[in-house]
Amino acid sequence: MNLVLISLITLGVIGSVAAVILYVVAKKFHVFEDPRIDEVEEALPAANCGGCGFPGCRGFADACVKSDELGDLFCPVGGNDTMKKVAEILGKVAVAKAPTVAVVRCNGTCEHRPHNNEYDGVKHCFIAHNLYSGETNCSWGCLGFGDCELSCEFDAIKVNPITKIPEVDEDKCTSCGACVRACPKLLIELRKKGPKGRRVYVNCRNEDKGHITRKACEVGCIGCAKCQKVCPHEAITITNSLAFIHDDKCKLCRECVIVCPTNAITDVNFPAPKKKKEEAIVN
Amino acid sequence: MKTFRIGGVHPAENKFSAGKKIQQAEIPKMVAIPLAHYIGNPSEAIVKKGDLVKVGQMIGQANGFVSANVHASVSGKVNKIDVQLDASGYKRPAVFIDVDGDEWLDTIDRSTVVKRECNLTKEEIIKKVQDAGIVGLGGATFPAHVKLSPPPGKKAEVLIINAVECEPYLTCDHQLMLEHGEEILVGVSILMKALEVEKAIIGIENNKPDAISHLKQLATAFKSITIEPLKVQYPQGGEKQLIDAVIRRQVPSGRIPVEVGAVVFNVGTTYAVYEAVQKNKPMFERVMTITGKDAPNPSNYRVRLGTYLSHVVEQAGGVPEGTGKIIGGGPMMGRSLMNLNIPMAKGSAGVLYMRDEEAVRRPVQNCIRCSKCVSVCPMGLEPYLLMAQSERNMWPEMETDRVMDCIECGSCSYTCPSNRPLLDYIRYGKATVGGIIRNRNAK
Repeated sequence: MNLVLISLITLGVIGSVAAVILYVVAKKFHVFEDPRIDEVEEALPAANCGGCGFPGCRGFADACVKSDELGDLFCPVGGNDTMKKVAEILGKVAVAKAPTVAVVRCNGTCEHRPHNNEYDGVKHCFIAHNLYSGETNCSWGCLGFGDCELSCEFDAIKVNPITKIPEVDEDKCTSCGACVRACPKLLIELRKKGPKGRRVYVNCRNEDKGHITRKACEVGCIGCAKCQKVCPHEAITITNSLAFIHDDKCKLCRECVIVCPTNAITDVNFPAPKKKKEEAIVN
Repeated sequence: MKTFRIGGVHPAENKFSAGKKIQQAEIPKMVAIPLAHYIGNPSEAIVKKGDLVKVGQMIGQANGFVSANVHASVSGKVNKIDVQLDASGYKRPAVFIDVDGDEWLDTIDRSTVVKRECNLTKEEIIKKVQDAGIVGLGGATFPAHVKLSPPPGKKAEVLIINAVECEPYLTCDHQLMLEHGEEILVGVSILMKALEVEKAIIGIENNKPDAISHLKQLATAFKSITIEPLKVQYPQGGEKQLIDAVIRRQVPSGRIPVEVGAVVFNVGTTYAVYEAVQKNKPMFERVMTITGKDAPNPSNYRVRLGTYLSHVVEQAGGVPEGTGKIIGGGPMMGRSLMNLNIPMAKGSAGVLYMRDEEAVRRPVQNCIRCSKCVSVCPMGLEPYLLMAQSERNMWPEMETDRVMDCIECGSCSYTCPSNRPLLDYIRYGKATVGGIIRNRNAK
């Protein structure tokens, strides 16, 4: 009886002393946190992908609350809807952005780009890239070991086992940019999704001169500048024998797709494919 | 017998081409001389299409201090200046020359008489080495004149000549010592003069007894050059390992050898220095070994720079059947070649054929924590840990675990019983961490 009483009293005293200390410390070292951070975090998709450039959703919420304007802050996963909600909570104005999607700019399938050596090292793009240029003559193109696939948190990018080129699932892609950072060849770009998912882009990253590209790959951009000449909107620039279509200027007229001699320009989600000029005459 | 104190492995030596006389390789019909084949800035071409060049004429001007001149290795007409695939498949600028005859510059002394006296001053020697475009032939291809001009306040005490040739199969340095021993010793005394050191030590592994006795005999005529036989151990040819083996000093992490008073030159470089200073001959050819277990004729060739490897291989009897991989360099540090249509560069020490069954990578198994890799690492690192960190992108941790000290010798991968690709991951980690450090320093 006595023993039980002593233990109870001892523990009780220790407990209350500790409680007092904890209370005092909690009051003294209290960190004020804006309650809106929690609210904003609640509104975010909780993907913690880092696509916004901040360490997780809470970091982004913190940045949103602290900044005066939401101008540069954007959650690529949640998109405009989420940003509208965030803006409502904070009483700020959200800047609407056109939705983007990851685009792999290499069409060097086994068919288009013959392999001339076999890599038997560690099957990771970054290790292969560190060692040498790749299994084909094109030192710019996709290595096909799927680092982008590993990096994707949303299961949106998959290497096609037949073509050995990654393919993006538009519905799943949140354009968080993880694959962009994972690709050692810098092939992946976040582009505007476009109306009804329609977009036109140069499906190549090869900056070699035309004749070298031509030997390495059937569908490489050779920098002939035909697309640049034909483009009515001045949306195409050519640097180092490589064309690039600026998605903010492109009006999706697809003139460039028709003139491209190597079919390096790809259009997606358009209804009927526009015929090549020669074919059009024959038909 | 001396050797370095931490780690090391001893792979089968397989020196099939030992004792084979150095043959002059045939001059090809066309060469592609790379302008960027050493550490440092690529040189700038100073010839243009259609120019006639002679052997030894400068065609690439060094661009900056850590850069080397490039000279024509053949005489003929410049065909074009274009890109050429290098051993790793990337395009590098190169000068293509169509060969016409073999006309050398008049200034080059082509006699075989050994010229022993050198009355030049320190500065004149360094200038000659720089003009001749000499880079370290041990593998790292670092411009030699940079090494000869230590940073202010640092003074070399001893010159160490790397003649260990610890890579299995390769014999080009061995043969060079046997055939040009005296020239090499003259080269050593020239380097000693340039560095103002009193002592030079030539480190040779004791699997080359003929070279040791030959040089010992010749060295009696040169004061303060000693020959140091070393126990066979890979990677003794690593700069830091050799310094440890020969003078028992350890280079601190992230420092250069001159801080412990040592400067290391490869024996091939020493010979090139002799030729440049005494014979006015720039670096446009080097000795390389063509070898392999099935090689029809393992041999040592003196090859002009820019010669396609396929041309040299053909002369040595072609690629044997059942070859799985062709390695550029030795089996430990060399890299497998994509094809043989790449020009030979200043750092190409050999071509090695590996059989199919030797060349395959065996299936990777889990790490069994046997710590063999730790015990063989010559830099005292923990390769298994670095690999795990690299797999998980733990760059700050890799930096504190001193990944930058890795010399990429491959002893860890060689010894791993689970066939783990340790070096591949560590190399990737080292490249990434190196980039992070450079970015930080640039800020």
